Amino acid sequence: MDFTLSKEHEMARALFKEFAEKEVKPLAQEVDETEVFPRETVEKMAKLGFLGIPVPKEYGGQGCDPLTYAMCVEELSKVCGTTGVIVSAHTSLCCDPIMTYGTEEQKQKYLVPLAKGEKLGAFGLTEPGAGTDAQGQQTKAVLDGEEWVLNGSKCFITNGKEADVYVIFAITGTVEKRGRLQKEISAFIVEKGTPGFTFGTKEKKMGIRGSSTYELIFTDCRIPKENLLGQQGKGFNIAMHTLDGGRIGIASQALGLAEGALETTIEYVKERKQFGRAIGAFQNTQFQLADMATKVEAAQLLVYKAAMAKATQKVYSVEAAKAKLYAAEVAMEVTTKAVQLHGGYGYIREYDVERMMRDAKITEIYEGTSEVQRMVISGALLK
Amino acid sequence: MNLEEYKGVYVFAQQVDNEISSIAFELLGKAKDLAKDLGTDVTAVLIGSGIKDLADQLAEYGADKVIVVDDPELKDYRTEPYAHALASVINQYKPEIMLVGATAIGRDLGPRVSARVATGLTADCTVLEIGDFPLQAVPGQEQLHNQLLMTRPAFGGNTIATIACPYNRPQMATVRAGVMQKITPIKGAKAVVEEYNPGFTPDNKYVEILDIVKAVSNTVDIMDAKILVSGGRGVGSPENFKILEDLAEVLGGTVSCSRAVVDSGWKPKDLQVGQTGKTVRPNVYFAIGISGAIQHVAGMEESDIIVAINKDADAPIFDVADYGVVGDLNKIVPKLTEALKAEIEAAK
Amino acid sequence: MKIVVCIKQVPDTKGGVKFNPDGTLDRGAMLTIMNPDDKAGLEAALRLKDQYGAEVTVVTMGLPKAEEVLREAMAMGADKGVLVTDRVLGGADTWATSTTLAGAIRNLEYDLIITGRQAIDGDTAQVGPQISEHLDIPVISYAQNIKIEGDSVVVERQYEDRYHVVKAKMPCLITALSELNEPRYMTPGGIFDAYKQEITVWGRADLKDVDDANLGLKGSPTKIAKASDKVRKGAGEKVTLDPDESVSYIVDKLKVKHVI
Repeated sequence: MDFTLSKEHEMARALFKEFAEKEVKPLAQEVDETEVFPRETVEKMAKLGFLGIPVPKEYGGQGCDPLTYAMCVEELSKVCGTTGVIVSAHTSLCCDPIMTYGTEEQKQKYLVPLAKGEKLGAFGLTEPGAGTDAQGQQTKAVLDGEEWVLNGSKCFITNGKEADVYVIFAITGTVEKRGRLQKEISAFIVEKGTPGFTFGTKEKKMGIRGSSTYELIFTDCRIPKENLLGQQGKGFNIAMHTLDGGRIGIASQALGLAEGALETTIEYVKERKQFGRAIGAFQNTQFQLADMATKVEAAQLLVYKAAMAKATQKVYSVEAAKAKLYAAEVAMEVTTKAVQLHGGYGYIREYDVERMMRDAKITEIYEGTSEVQRMVISGALLK
Repeated sequence: MNLEEYKGVYVFAQQVDNEISSIAFELLGKAKDLAKDLGTDVTAVLIGSGIKDLADQLAEYGADKVIVVDDPELKDYRTEPYAHALASVINQYKPEIMLVGATAIGRDLGPRVSARVATGLTADCTVLEIGDFPLQAVPGQEQLHNQLLMTRPAFGGNTIATIACPYNRPQMATVRAGVMQKITPIKGAKAVVEEYNPGFTPDNKYVEILDIVKAVSNTVDIMDAKILVSGGRGVGSPENFKILEDLAEVLGGTVSCSRAVVDSGWKPKDLQVGQTGKTVRPNVYFAIGISGAIQHVAGMEESDIIVAINKDADAPIFDVADYGVVGDLNKIVPKLTEALKAEIEAAK
Repeated sequence: MKIVVCIKQVPDTKGGVKFNPDGTLDRGAMLTIMNPDDKAGLEAALRLKDQYGAEVTVVTMGLPKAEEVLREAMAMGADKGVLVTDRVLGGADTWATSTTLAGAIRNLEYDLIITGRQAIDGDTAQVGPQISEHLDIPVISYAQNIKIEGDSVVVERQYEDRYHVVKAKMPCLITALSELNEPRYMTPGGIFDAYKQEITVWGRADLKDVDDANLGLKGSPTKIAKASDKVRKGAGEKVTLDPDESVSYIVDKLKVKHVI
């Protein structure tokens, strides 16, 4: 068992790190403060292929493995949680399902520009009355001749108003399963600008404030019949499988936030003096840092293991759930401790750890709360 | 190579637009010291077109002899004809030491010539002295005397090496501008002037100068400035750099800045000091409203004198400053400018 | 067009130079990077490739580990990499280094050779011009704004107070300034591709028309008599005075130091 990264992965990390330090970090505070989507950064990432890392080259991507992609989200999130989730939602939740379930035509039309970063992607599953519980869906799609007609709304959609291509889930009928009538869910690709597709309010969030979180509204929105993604009625499977991948992205984001907070804190405690010595000289500080560093590394191992599982296994739900559960909880714990070690400065916005702590909270919530991850993990244990 | 044949300390007397560069006089000052230690004399090599009358100036600054290579091909600096001229002089006259200024010309000419005459070249020297190689006698190795020991910083000034060129001649060095002392000119001094022309036949290596664009005076390279008045984020605004510019003007210095200032768009990148900017070594560096992040310090800690003004008594800049003043730059800097103006007026 | 770019792997001073407690340089703690001026030279070559079409070959001399900078260059877009490595080449000064690189480049076809102006570890700026001398081709140092016109290059050659617009027939050698451009990043896919490619490795025997007497430590005319890490300058004085007193304090110090 070898825990060392390959030279390629090391170099890729160096690239992501350099980009994050040079291009992303200087904007992180402003992006948070003004809640403005970092469009320029996204364009720079597009040029470098960061928006299609795990997509095969024949579809305009970089042809790299999921681990490389995870490391990208990790390094970006070390300095800016917003930028991390933009890449994660685009790649895991939009590129990935089209790559996995799309027809050749759909791949050419949507995946190629998405992977090249000419277009940005989003994913619409959550509704006001239904989170990860896909059966609670209300949005409906009805086939009318050569078109599907969508009605309903989606909420808390990452990259909401900024995306160009959306993977949307809607009820297309009912099926009988084990004697019970169940909603039949299907997936669709919807383009921005389609008549009947509008945006609701922009959410004002605690963290990842630069990411564009919107309500999507569909009112007699007509999309071509061929924009059905995968088989009709397979939407629930598509959604669940997509979220397995998405959780690796969010786990990477959480990991990055924890690492960023730890690094920032290490620098801080070396400089900050209290009672005549650096606070890093106090045993309490040292022990806290030791715990933080140990948990961060454990989280990293779980995240990398899940990313490797995505590369080699057909099903990796449990690996992804464990990685996300643990990384998210470590992110929250480490960023909270980081704020504490910064003392009063940790509570003011001028210091990065304040933002990191707010950014970390969402990782325990979206793409399946920690409770949902525990359900997935225990479900597999007790099967 | 018979090393004994090589005699005398030679200086490349750089001229631009038929005006001798200050570095040439600095090199002559040093060459005089070296020649004295070696019991030999100082020769200036003057290369250009229509430059014969400049020889007297070189004499006034210490040249015993001036070799003039005067040819129309040498009007403006081009690597090949100048390298041919200097290499030919070396092959003809066999100097034991050849000093060249570490200027944009010298750092191109020096390596080309050293490769042509097959000798070593030590770049950007800050100290030159005559001594033994090895410095201490080593059993089994002959200790050579009267060697040119060339000391230079490397690694962005973090290491210092003393280098010798014991088995090849001439011993060549490029020397950083502003480091060596000129002598007080000896009015009316004359040197033996000798003209020498090795013949110039243009070939593919003679590049063509299509245009010469002289920079406007306000774009002084901060790397060449003797006095830098450098501002950081603490200056507060682009407008407030005026008080730094006033101070710089009184001292004949130049304004530079930290990365934070460039990132804020207050000043252009070419004025930035530090790891990602320029490394400067002025005689005096004023760090005003600069906290002194390590990246900044790495670009200026070689300055001879560092004066820091900062309101934060814990700012790391005070760890490298020779003279640190804790206080409000807005109050101190304008008064300092006035006080210096008065001092300089009084001294006139 | 064929372009050869010489690059060097150097210790990174950007992330902060690291010191041991005694003030000497902690080399082990520093990472290595592609020398910044060389990276600018590579970027210039890649832009010529984008604009005119060219094959870009990167050449480095160093320890086997220097392969990393070749991979990095290839991940940025260089086509081929050549690593010149051999024990007998170690300890070379600029003369021996330029002799070695010239010996390697003689095996390659080239219209243009680009080197960085200088490396951040040695700061000599000598190797580029010396290579050009060994290869008997024109050199244009301190180049900015490189253009191709037929069989010639036209560049702006920087001086302290001016620049010359210089035209030279190819083949020729250009030394690049890091101010020349903002080098591109690698791409993730480019990194993985770079590691799939073969790198040419040459030793002493592969160098063309070079004499053993001019190689490595033995072939270096300059010898190090003494080398030491510079102990960092400590803090000087720090005073807290009212503005008028502060001004007199500074003026006095400048007088003592003969600045005014």
